[in-house]
Amino acid sequence: MTVAEEFDRLDYGPAPEDASAALAMLAAQQGPFGLFIGGRFRQVTGAETFATENPATGAVLARITQAGPAEVDAAVKAARRAQKGWAATRGHDRARVLYALARLIQKHARMLAVLETLDNGKPIREARDIDIPLAARHFYFHAGAAQLMEAELPGRVPLGVCGQIIPWNFPLLMLAWKIAPALAMGNAVVLKPAEFTPLSALCFAGLCGQAGVPPGVVNILTGDGRTGAALAAHPGIDKIAFTGSTAVGRQLREVTAGTGKALTLELGGKSPVIVFEDADLDSAVEGIVDGLWFNQGEVCCAGSRLIVQEGVAERFHDKLKARMETLRVGDPLDKAIDVGAIVDPSQRERIAGLVAGAAGEGGTVWHAPAALPEQGCYYSPTLITGLGQSSPLMQEEIFGPVLVSATFRTPAEAVALANDSRYGLAASIWSETIGVALDVAPQLAAGVVWINGANMFDAAAPFGGLRESGFGREGGWEGLWAYTKHAGPPLPKLRPLKAAVARSDPGDGIEAIDRTHKHFIGGRQARPDGGTVYPITAPDGRLIGEAARGNRKDIRNAVEAARKAQGGWAARPGHGRAQILYYIAENLSARAAAFADRIAALTGNTADAAQAEVAGSIDRLFTWAAWADKCDGRVKDVPIRGLALALRRPVGVIGALCPEEAPLLGLISCLGPALALGNSCVLVPSGVAPLAATDFIQVLETSDVPAGTVNIVTGPQAELAPHLAGHMDVDACWCFGAAPLSAVVEHAAAGNLKRSWVSHGRTRDWLSPAAEGADFRDAATEVQTVWVPWGA
Amino acid sequence: MKPATRHSVPATAAPVALALCDPVARNPGMALDLRWVAATQANTNAIERRCASLAGRRSVKKDAQAAWLLKAIALIDLTTLSGDDTPGRVRRLCAKARAPVRADLLAALGMGPIHVGAVCVYHEMVATAVAALAGTGIPVAAVSTGFPAGLSPMATRLAEIETSVAAGAAEIDIVISRRHVLLGDWQALYDEVRAFRAACGAAHMKAILATGELGTLRNVARASLVAMMAGADFIKTSTGKEPVNATLPVSLVMARAIRDYHAATGHRVGFKPAGGISTAKDALNWMVLMREELGRRWLEPDLFRFGASSLLGDIERQLEHHVTGHYSAKYRHPMG
Repeated sequence: MTVAEEFDRLDYGPAPEDASAALAMLAAQQGPFGLFIGGRFRQVTGAETFATENPATGAVLARITQAGPAEVDAAVKAARRAQKGWAATRGHDRARVLYALARLIQKHARMLAVLETLDNGKPIREARDIDIPLAARHFYFHAGAAQLMEAELPGRVPLGVCGQIIPWNFPLLMLAWKIAPALAMGNAVVLKPAEFTPLSALCFAGLCGQAGVPPGVVNILTGDGRTGAALAAHPGIDKIAFTGSTAVGRQLREVTAGTGKALTLELGGKSPVIVFEDADLDSAVEGIVDGLWFNQGEVCCAGSRLIVQEGVAERFHDKLKARMETLRVGDPLDKAIDVGAIVDPSQRERIAGLVAGAAGEGGTVWHAPAALPEQGCYYSPTLITGLGQSSPLMQEEIFGPVLVSATFRTPAEAVALANDSRYGLAASIWSETIGVALDVAPQLAAGVVWINGANMFDAAAPFGGLRESGFGREGGWEGLWAYTKHAGPPLPKLRPLKAAVARSDPGDGIEAIDRTHKHFIGGRQARPDGGTVYPITAPDGRLIGEAARGNRKDIRNAVEAARKAQGGWAARPGHGRAQILYYIAENLSARAAAFADRIAALTGNTADAAQAEVAGSIDRLFTWAAWADKCDGRVKDVPIRGLALALRRPVGVIGALCPEEAPLLGLISCLGPALALGNSCVLVPSGVAPLAATDFIQVLETSDVPAGTVNIVTGPQAELAPHLAGHMDVDACWCFGAAPLSAVVEHAAAGNLKRSWVSHGRTRDWLSPAAEGADFRDAATEVQTVWVPWGA
Repeated sequence: MKPATRHSVPATAAPVALALCDPVARNPGMALDLRWVAATQANTNAIERRCASLAGRRSVKKDAQAAWLLKAIALIDLTTLSGDDTPGRVRRLCAKARAPVRADLLAALGMGPIHVGAVCVYHEMVATAVAALAGTGIPVAAVSTGFPAGLSPMATRLAEIETSVAAGAAEIDIVISRRHVLLGDWQALYDEVRAFRAACGAAHMKAILATGELGTLRNVARASLVAMMAGADFIKTSTGKEPVNATLPVSLVMARAIRDYHAATGHRVGFKPAGGISTAKDALNWMVLMREELGRRWLEPDLFRFGASSLLGDIERQLEHHVTGHYSAKYRHPMG
């Protein structure tokens, strides 16, 4: 076209990024890329290999080695060998290495950006302006974390060897999110990039030596799901960190159950975008572009579910469609492309398959008219309106450039619709009324909330999900907890309190007037659903009484009551919750002698020990009453004009299998943090010695505890554990019971990916500070990051 | 680069003579709709974010860039608004307006003659400019209504418009009373602009909002709407005399107001950013903004102008670079 013609048309014309250097680098590779183990690339003779392709053209970019079990083993061993020395270095020495990695990423920014676009299909603009700078930023932030670790995280030590499995949507950025905090805290890693997108990770591996990463501290294994499975199953791994699909996250929860491996999961989402009628609608439209038509919608936190106020919905959809008409879809290497190629034909088929279902569900499908390239793997930006909540398109993660839309009438209805999802990763709120936006934000089941914005990320701000979007946080000080543990020797092994064999003659411990010990559900004493009791004996076999034998329906009723109570309890200010905890302590103190007698009878402990347990319980209630109004969040220094707030929010409904060996103090140690931090709870007390807990019901009844916030279901823990841990409306399950229960709980927790916190057959001195520390606070709260940008 | 051969390929695509096939009817205005004004929002942070990503989202390179820069020249209101303006200075400017690019460069680019969008002066220079531009089709725009502060008596301001129109100005750049915006007195603003528009008669009216003195983007959005309701043919950011003049965020807000007004009434209103736009890169950014937010139609001089004095010089240097492959120098291009 001539300049004169261009003068009339004023089209953008092609603006291709130069990929020749990256392609030359790939072409120079002789044979398949090797595996990065122990600080060098290793070719594996006879290994299976596979191709990685450019989704924009279908061209093969390179051949990649499939790491098998032997290579996984070699990498884990290399990491194990290197980890001790790495952990022993000064924080400053690790900081220098991480700083060098940040600089090297910046120096090779163009190569990395082009590789990312070639391998993944994402627009070069996004790789260049977002992925690579954020990856470098992550290493800078964590260089600082390493530098400050000794001073700011006293008593924390590295976990050891971390297995890290990352997805194909942000290959280098997810690598940075995994490797930077792990290395900063003194761990060694074995990382597996996604099989679709291994190139930037291999390029990064090549930079590690130059940055001074000791051999073996970073190992990179390419391969498909089999490699990931072998890594997760390897006994030499201390922790698995995974970002990817909810289905695979669930598998990882199951295969690691009971092994003692730490696990963090960052999974899928169906994140809502709530647009109020008083929003700047044009900016909200642009927010959707940033939120959903970013990386082709292949983003775990993509704002893929529009919830717009009914009165402006039509206007908003019109504006949205007008904007969608200007989206440019095409060659991801073109600098003026908004939406690039879908990562793989299989993914495009999946998107198309889901969208095909829309018409049958009453949905209206609108595709942006953008011309698609004739070859390559592309999908048009799409808006679907008119679907009911029950449509799979409203519920399932599509992981493509497809937006679904619903309308609401009131803020309460917006919250209800937003939370009508199994996921809980992110959310956007658009409103010019600060009171509305800040009211709605903490009501949303979302680990990250953006007010009048979308997809804001920074290494200083924690990121992660609720519900089936996973658990654990990445970024900020909070993210460092996921790569450290308490210093000191492991907790002592639990010596389980065993039920004695009942003697045939009734002992003198039995009550003068026969007592019926019931459950405590919804603020009332409840008879066991099964209509059965079980005998409770002293250690010498004397029968002391009978306790209700709970079953799955009792658990169901208790969870229902807990769910009903939780919102109201969480809405009380911390001061109000503290008052209740103090009142419980007051009433317990008034009956201290009776409780001491009961504990002595149940446990056979000395009177002094029993009295100490009661005194410790009162002390613990004071501790948590103290914390109720002091569990502040943090304000994050993020590079926006505004704030990112890391709020501490209650987890929700906590189910706890309380320690067998401390019948009262163990129960109080679970109840205290749960209640103080705004949760409701279902407590399964010591199965062998539940009568201290059932006595405690009377204390609860006289302490103004709102009905349903504390529920107690008695029975043998092994019988109740699967029902409690498997209940889909329980948000977290704690287990301090017998060793085998930990595996049971972690396994059952995979169902709704509830947070599980289990003791693996170890115990703690329940009278010591270890039984009321930060572990309990963290288990009872979720970090929710709320981004509040501003501007007059 | 070899300009001699680059343009030897015969034209295949038909020229898009948009301005001719789709003429803009003048905006008659409408009754003041206070509900609409009150419902208008502008979120500063999100708007800044959009502007920050815009330049990165669109890129115009090579021949397309040359064409866009030539178009930018056709969109310039070549301006002199100095206390020391004289007829000689204005005539020199008008000569530059008629021939803004060296003929050899145009020939190398395969382009016919082009001229700027208009020449913009104070009233006292209108007659000189009209005479100097006779027969060229280049309109003369006069800044008016007590420019730049707009605080002269209303009768004086109206008379100033009429006098400039009588002197041959085809376009009148009026300034609004900022206090009406700052006090939220939309009725007063509407009445003022309506009166200016009536005084303009057949001359097109550009309403200068002086956005640098309006305090918030929300005020800019609301003032834009009211000016259009009152019958502005163009809305314009700045006089060039405020501490902050044309910025991309302000321009984005005004462009979106124009889009909303068009969607609601069917009337197309033009946009003129003015002040501080001095580089070819700036010009491309603004044109991309217009193309993205309002579409191709808003890149013609009847709907888009740059108020600028030094922009042309930078574009000339860029064009020479495009033709020769070497960076140019200011003295290689005749001054205006």
